[in-house]
Amino acid sequence: MTNSWTDIKNTDLVVVMGGNAAEAHPCGFKWVTEAKANRGAKLIVVDPRFTRTASVADYYAPIRQGTDIAFLLGVINHCIRNDKIQWAYTKAFTNAAYVVKEGFGWQDGLFTGYDEEKRDYNRSTWDYEIGPDGYAVVDETLQHPRCVWNLLKQHVAIYTPEMVERICGTPKDKFLKVAEMISECSSPTKTMTSMYALGWTQHSKGSQNIRAMAMLQLILGNIGVRGGGMNALRGHSNIQGLTDIGLMSNLIPGYLTIPTEREPTFDVYMSTRGFKPLRPDQMSYWQNYRKFFVSFLKSMWGDAATPENAFAYDWLPKLDVPAYDVLRAFELMHQGKMNGYFCQGFNPLLSFPNRKKITAALSKLKFLVVMDPLQTETARFWENHGANNDVNPASIQTEVIELPTTCFAEDEGSLVNSGRWLQWHWAGGTPPGEAKHDAWIMAQIHLRLKELYRKEGGPVPEPIVNLDWRYADPNEPTPEELAKELNGSAVVDITDPNDPTKVVVAKGKQLVSFAALRDDGKTACGCWIYSGCFTEAGNQMARRDNSDPDDTGAFGKWSWSWPVNRRILYNRASADVSGKPWDPSRKLLEWDGTKWTGYDVPDIAPNAKPDVVMPFIMNPEGVSRLFTRAMMRDGPFPSHYEPFESPVANVVAPKVRGNPVARVFRNDFEQFGDAKEFPYAATSYRLTEHFHFWTKHAHANAVLQPEFFVEISEELAKEKGIKKGGMVRVWSKRGSVTAKAVVTKRIKPLICDGKTVHIVGIPLHWGFIGEAKKGFGPNSLTPYVGDANIETPEYKAFLVDIEPIAGPVA
Amino acid sequence: MFPPLPNPPTAPTPPRFGDKDLIRRSASSVTPPAQRQTQVAKLIDVSKCIGCKACQSACLEWNDMVEEVGVNVGVYDNPHDLTPNSFTLMRFTEWVNPETQNLEWLIRKDGCMHCEDPGCLKACPAPGAIVQYSNGIVDFVHENCIGCGYCVKGCPFNIPRISKVDEKAYKCTLCSDRVAVGQGPACAKACPTQAIVFGTKDEMKTWADGRIKDLKSRGYKNAGLYDPPGVGGTHVMYVLHHADKPEIYAGLPNNPRISPLVEIWKGVAKYAGFAAIGALAAVTVVHGLFSGASRVSSHDEEKAKEMADKPPEGTPRENA
Repeated sequence: MTNSWTDIKNTDLVVVMGGNAAEAHPCGFKWVTEAKANRGAKLIVVDPRFTRTASVADYYAPIRQGTDIAFLLGVINHCIRNDKIQWAYTKAFTNAAYVVKEGFGWQDGLFTGYDEEKRDYNRSTWDYEIGPDGYAVVDETLQHPRCVWNLLKQHVAIYTPEMVERICGTPKDKFLKVAEMISECSSPTKTMTSMYALGWTQHSKGSQNIRAMAMLQLILGNIGVRGGGMNALRGHSNIQGLTDIGLMSNLIPGYLTIPTEREPTFDVYMSTRGFKPLRPDQMSYWQNYRKFFVSFLKSMWGDAATPENAFAYDWLPKLDVPAYDVLRAFELMHQGKMNGYFCQGFNPLLSFPNRKKITAALSKLKFLVVMDPLQTETARFWENHGANNDVNPASIQTEVIELPTTCFAEDEGSLVNSGRWLQWHWAGGTPPGEAKHDAWIMAQIHLRLKELYRKEGGPVPEPIVNLDWRYADPNEPTPEELAKELNGSAVVDITDPNDPTKVVVAKGKQLVSFAALRDDGKTACGCWIYSGCFTEAGNQMARRDNSDPDDTGAFGKWSWSWPVNRRILYNRASADVSGKPWDPSRKLLEWDGTKWTGYDVPDIAPNAKPDVVMPFIMNPEGVSRLFTRAMMRDGPFPSHYEPFESPVANVVAPKVRGNPVARVFRNDFEQFGDAKEFPYAATSYRLTEHFHFWTKHAHANAVLQPEFFVEISEELAKEKGIKKGGMVRVWSKRGSVTAKAVVTKRIKPLICDGKTVHIVGIPLHWGFIGEAKKGFGPNSLTPYVGDANIETPEYKAFLVDIEPIAGPVA
Repeated sequence: MFPPLPNPPTAPTPPRFGDKDLIRRSASSVTPPAQRQTQVAKLIDVSKCIGCKACQSACLEWNDMVEEVGVNVGVYDNPHDLTPNSFTLMRFTEWVNPETQNLEWLIRKDGCMHCEDPGCLKACPAPGAIVQYSNGIVDFVHENCIGCGYCVKGCPFNIPRISKVDEKAYKCTLCSDRVAVGQGPACAKACPTQAIVFGTKDEMKTWADGRIKDLKSRGYKNAGLYDPPGVGGTHVMYVLHHADKPEIYAGLPNNPRISPLVEIWKGVAKYAGFAAIGALAAVTVVHGLFSGASRVSSHDEEKAKEMADKPPEGTPRENA
């Protein structure tokens, strides 16, 4: 989230699209009901289904799954056509005026530079024209035909309300009503918040779905302000923490990147991470990258990381592919190239697409270690459970080792919520049976590996034997010790650069923030964005003061928010170019003539002059990007692409299947079905009664939603002779499931480009162990393809067929 | 936000109400306290409810009830009806508004309404099995319950359920045990959107006024409070978007009243005296009337009225 849960109460308009907040985030949704009750805020829901969120919405519009970009670009087009733009914001705080290189273009659904063979772009034209002064060329008048604004205008022009209706199936009047409500938020005194979740991410163009809304929010002037923002609702209570500390194969903590094999030395690695400002006087905060990176290496290898060995840069792995994401991992397993798998807090057998392939891949492993507080289907993938897990145990040789771990209520530590708050929690109970904390298990594995490397050597033992492991009890680092390490400390006495006799931070002391980090090895810090969470003043994450001066929703003394306890990112943008709040009633920061003051920690140098230093300090431009240069693999603007399995052809690019640069493994092309064979558009989702695959183990939750079902419209039920509560079979090119049928008015057939599209809704949550009835997950049916940028699997849009079968009819 | 109740003290506190605060006791008489306690109420704002069933879960957990894992019958309602273990239940209705042609998904939390004029209590032949406190809570006292099921018939909302295990009647207690120590009901505590709030009846009415105003501003011109006068008002009230049509919310009665049959029964009981042997005969007779559907047909009503108007000679009429 750019903002926080509590800030949602400040909004005028909530747009829930690509999510179902009431269903999947009922506790956070209270802030929507607050905004509605106290400010008269309106709620819009755009979704293929009339959801629980829609049940309390002011306006609902249907949309076909996988067409959000067409809808959003349609809204942007509507705003441009009707001059509903927050002009002062757009001109000053976005790259609308930047001139793009000659040669860039878009035709037949593709941007310049497409290589069909490689399924990739040469992105060299996707950038700004650089002037003789070394800075990007801008045209403040927005007259230049190649300035971002004009390119955007041209790019979205095809997404007329009629086109939106053809692609999305959203009736034109409903689309226009939504577009009008949204466009009203271009006023500097009206804000809109975007709440989204997996309904946008789990597509082969998931990142671009989000970008499309971010662009809309920028031209409405809704980023950095109270009640605005792009607010990703995270699915697990600590999934924000997972990405923060870099639990992705291509990241290291704090959104730094793992080197690739094209970066064999520290200097080569740093040469592309200079982040020189693209405009004069801009902060371009990533210029401090070296400080963050060196401090990270120091926290990893301590005294063994020295300036002489480039702070042990060689010991970091070097990626030979863009990422070892989950799809690649299981592809390698399937090819027999990955023989062992550690599965910690994950249930891949039900979570990853194309379950048949997952089962086959796990069956080829030599060993599988499952660390989980609960029994998982993955640990039992080899067990026959009739139709629900139809395998032959005798043919599977994989050795499965289960290590029971503790659940969140049995350990201490911090959880990072969607709003970037690190909230410390304490153990509420003792672990049952043989369950152990994850940190204990990891420590045991590490210590044993270290011993083996010491005794027996082997290739590159250094990263393991030199890993800094100075914990009071090496067998079990405590949560406090780990948190302190993430915060960072001084490796030696750090002195004032102006007065070397004055010690600023004494050796071993905790750092106050990342501003104290050094690139010479004098500081160690595990995760730079967390620096400040556990200082000499104590554990800031454990703060529980819920005071909120002037009722701004900031709650600045409750827990700790990264970075530097800032509650709203880009908050400098809440004030105009002279430093006055756009909306005085929603003041966040204000320039008092010499410095920034207000309710939040300024997201800019406190003395940075408002008309000189622009608010988007992480970008070398200083402004935000409507055109994202070459930073995304599938285009500097979002563009409508159909899901890989779509009931209709792509109206704007008939020749393109799916996202043209989404990665598809060679043999996986065969797994895609087409609309002739599989006529119905399926989507998957969660239900409020359950949490992923956990709560089917809890009796009360199993009572509330006991049995796997699929949802269809009354129209489709009639057409197929399916009865409410009757049994159905649903199958795709990859697998088949049986389920109860929920026949509902909440799903309606859509008319897309003249064709009737029926939707089949398939909830997740059921497996073959636990208290709930045995069932299936949607992953038996979903295709093995992910987002072009971050490989999130396309769970939200695929094709199936459905038929009634014999079975209990209610 | 409705101000949350403070957490309870850790030290034991004496209950805030008890036997001395009874204003009614089934099949027996009580001396009402000189002064009634402040009347409490739970307000369920249907327009804020997201149907998450946290209330159902909290109810099961707080009351230590284990419900059966059922099946899906093609709807979101689970269990499919109130049971001796499930005192509350979300009932989902897909309703197309004839004025707008828009679908509305009406989600109503069903459960005991804690009537000011409780039909269950009046119908109950077992002395002290059902009691009403001066704060408005209607509670079942299970050790006195004989499992006859008359409370079910007496209830205009079809709420109590008889357990097949111990043959006793069960329903929502309004968390009388929690309220007794200054807490609100478990369902209200668990509700993430404050669709369920708890306080004094006056506070709840004021709170409801604000909600109704908001709903009217959003075009729900018939938004209103459900506090039906036919049962003397209730201590569980609803804010409805369409208060003119409560029946669209999974059959919420438009004008609930205690069945006239209950009046007859009361008459018979008073006349015969519960302990008297003759009462058994009377029970048998009236039981015949009761054992039909709990919904009262017009024919039943007429017949009952007739009987009620002609009580056995010398039988005093129940006036409460």
